[in-house]
Amino acid sequence: MNAPLPRDPGLGRRGFLTSAAGVLAVTATASTAAACSTDPVVGPATEADTVFALNGRRTQLVADARVTLLDALRERLELPGTKKGCDRGQCGACTVHIDGRRVLSCLMLAASVQGKQVTTIEGLAQGDRLHPMQQAFVDCDGMQCGFCTPGQVMSAVGLVQEGHAGSDDEIREQMSGNLCRCSAYPNIVESVRKGSG
Amino acid sequence: MRPIEFATPTSVDDAVRRFGSGSAYLAGGTTLVDLMKLDVVTPQQVLDIDRLPLRGLRQDRDGLHIAALERMSDVAAHPDVTQAYPVISQALMASASPQLRNMASIGGNLLQRTRCSYFRDITVACNKRVPGSGCPAREGVNRGHAIFGTSDACVATHASDLAVALVAMDASVALTGRNGTRVLRLEDFYRLPGSTPESENELAPGEIITEVLVPPLPWARRSTYVKVRDRQSYEFALTSAAVAVDLRGDVVADARVAAGGVGTKPWRLRTVEQALVGRRLNETDVRAAVEHAADGAAPLKFNMFKPALLRMTIARALMSLVS
Repeated sequence: MNAPLPRDPGLGRRGFLTSAAGVLAVTATASTAAACSTDPVVGPATEADTVFALNGRRTQLVADARVTLLDALRERLELPGTKKGCDRGQCGACTVHIDGRRVLSCLMLAASVQGKQVTTIEGLAQGDRLHPMQQAFVDCDGMQCGFCTPGQVMSAVGLVQEGHAGSDDEIREQMSGNLCRCSAYPNIVESVRKGSG
Repeated sequence: MRPIEFATPTSVDDAVRRFGSGSAYLAGGTTLVDLMKLDVVTPQQVLDIDRLPLRGLRQDRDGLHIAALERMSDVAAHPDVTQAYPVISQALMASASPQLRNMASIGGNLLQRTRCSYFRDITVACNKRVPGSGCPAREGVNRGHAIFGTSDACVATHASDLAVALVAMDASVALTGRNGTRVLRLEDFYRLPGSTPESENELAPGEIITEVLVPPLPWARRSTYVKVRDRQSYEFALTSAAVAVDLRGDVVADARVAAGGVGTKPWRLRTVEQALVGRRLNETDVRAAVEHAADGAAPLKFNMFKPALLRMTIARALMSLVS
């Protein structure tokens, strides 16, 4: 058995990408500012101070009011499990639960979740014990590339809570908001059926 | 997305009072946040009205009152809707995806903008987005566009399924603004594009839809919504039909028919309603009744199929009501 690779968050893929993007962002901001010096100054009214429960923990976010919940989770709250697919409410990769209901975090401003309970894919497992739906996706091989899987799992958990896992046809209809570019749909349906039982 | 000022009004009156020339109301966000990202809608101030107490359904002698901030999924599943107005529940369940139905409000659904790809793309002309700039859809990719109510300035389809069902049910909307509250029939609330397609409805600046009222219609228990689209789920309509029939024995005494995916606003088809009266719900009679459903339609290059598809959609919906 191979030894686990050493993990250094500063040298990880995500850490590297984040710092590289930061350099680019600074450059872009500087040139934009030079070109558009008449732009209005962004005042404090354009920031939002939002307190909510994130995977059961009280969380405070002070951010530009334009920031979506999806971007807040991934870029500011270090929870990149929620994926950005289309960023237009068309693919379902960004599905999270707000007050127990499945929603799209890309079409929600972070400022709108004041006082609400947000659950992401990182909040499903209990310690090392996977949520039954996560385990079902593993057992049934309910994925190919895996990019859409966090959204599929969050949507499936919501579907079961809504009582919509009555038949495979109902599962297909009720999972239609989650696209899978690899078309792993047969195994996804099987996973949802198993995870609902 | 442009910078925005974000505020949360504490009451309907507070929201109306704060609303200014650069303001937009935010409820479920599924239209507004999407269009803000595309720079199609560019408010300077976003007023989040989603926590206002415009929630709940109630029945009284005037009918079913649906508060405007109810979620699509909750209204679709409510027993007062599923039993008395199946057409409304089915239209909601045929809309969008489960996640979007959990987010989007009833009022917001009625105010959703068209899915015309030229409207959503700020690099091209669009009279609805930039008045006077032109309409590339007329000669462009117009397979999904309207065949009723179009003008030289605009051929964009109204996207809401719910609105089609509500127009069939003769529903109204209650509006609250600076000058108090008023009630309008939903069919009259929407405007035809004419030469001003940017003006889509009767809402005055700052006015809020507070409630939808569906009048009593006992025979709406026999109603349905049929939606034809390019994929089985999670897609906008090519054509759709909201129908209800009052059957006495096997003869139609009264009927309601409205169509979606074909009009610049939800399209009531009173000629079909009248043609159904006195007929039976068999294939011969239904075919005859829908024969003139698309009379007056103005198909475009890529949606010539819509008149025939509309007739078949209505016929299929009617035949599904045979017990």
